[in-house]
Amino acid sequence: MDGVHDMGGMDGFGKVEVETNEPPFHAPWEGRVLAMQRAMGYAGAWHIDHSRFAQEMLPPVTYLGASYYQRWALAMEKNVIARGFATPEELKAGHARSPGKSLPRKLTPDIVGAGLSRSSFYRQQQGPQRFQPGDRVRTKNIHPATHTRLPRYARDKVGVVEMCHGCHMYPDSVAADRGDNPQWLYTVVFTSRELWGPDTDPTIKISIDAFEPYLDPA
Amino acid sequence: MAGHNHDHSHDHDHEHGSELSETQLRVRALETVLTEKGYIDPTALDAIIEAYETKIGPRNGSVVVARAWTDPAFKKALLEDASKAVASMGHMSRVGDHLVAVENTPQRHNMIVCTLCSCYPWEVLGLPPVWYKSAPYRSRAVKDPRGVLSDFGIALPKGTEVRVWDSTAETRFIVLPMRPAGTEGWSEEKLADLVTRDSMIGTGLALNSGEVR
Repeated sequence: MDGVHDMGGMDGFGKVEVETNEPPFHAPWEGRVLAMQRAMGYAGAWHIDHSRFAQEMLPPVTYLGASYYQRWALAMEKNVIARGFATPEELKAGHARSPGKSLPRKLTPDIVGAGLSRSSFYRQQQGPQRFQPGDRVRTKNIHPATHTRLPRYARDKVGVVEMCHGCHMYPDSVAADRGDNPQWLYTVVFTSRELWGPDTDPTIKISIDAFEPYLDPA
Repeated sequence: MAGHNHDHSHDHDHEHGSELSETQLRVRALETVLTEKGYIDPTALDAIIEAYETKIGPRNGSVVVARAWTDPAFKKALLEDASKAVASMGHMSRVGDHLVAVENTPQRHNMIVCTLCSCYPWEVLGLPPVWYKSAPYRSRAVKDPRGVLSDFGIALPKGTEVRVWDSTAETRFIVLPMRPAGTEGWSEEKLADLVTRDSMIGTGLALNSGEVR
């Protein structure tokens, strides 16, 4: 969706402000939010793309005004309710009023390393690899109202395939609850002039990782 | 590295007062409900938090970089398949299958961003800093990377290619910074002290030999 989360190239946000000796968490609740997200992900409650999409659907003012872990908490509440893991009344009351749904598994302290390990996003290929490194491609001009990982600044642009990363689960499909729908994934590199016009610094190159459905031959 | 000193209260103005307590209360309510429903175990949450506070940090990446600086065969393996190379060191939690290392050279400087959210190689660099997840970095890194670098006090030669990697899928990138001059014969451990977090994101350079603590 064309939301405020898709920030690449926007102006006006100011300088990057670095906090020296930044702690891992700025308040204990931030750690709880991160850990709950990991635990619910391990349990199989939802996928990372569902978390991203839930954040993207926050009203723009909320998205920009909330801190990072506040956004995570708001997105988690959305997924908990939308997927029937708890009711709004239960969250408001702060207590469960009925037993939970069954989930594939549960993260316990003895296996916490498993909850910290990144899973593989590789999936069995469904068709032949369409592009090879060196191929010129044009990204599609698409504006789906749902989750996509093709940023706006890189739509309808010509680039060159640099790497192929194999077949991965397809976020656009996963976030819409339409299954893994595995797709080939490529690093596609663009010149700054292709993305930002003739007046930009020509020494800059930008790449995205693009799923095959985002690409046409150029 | 030049930076701006910001205390927490300035960075998080919006969390002050009643809003902070509202967030705290909502997060507590969420945890209680999910626990009572049987989905999560609070002691597992404690263990996750402890791991991020004590074990999973940029030192993991620094050690990888230092090894690449001293062992040409490892460097080659790292650039070919970083997931496999890092896993072969066996000292950190599994990095998954999708880590890519990109090498800085006098001709090319690499920089990592996630414009859409906050994708970051957590297993080798720890939790991403607030600035990495912030709108200023996410918006400008792909359009004005030299401007972003100047916010970090870095000025690259005009002719150096700047390559920005937008982490739009599940591939994760780590920058292999250039080894500083005057470090010949240094041990891996001493070299690792030169490898800052920002140098592995590409918003910094490795420390000079004289800057080591």
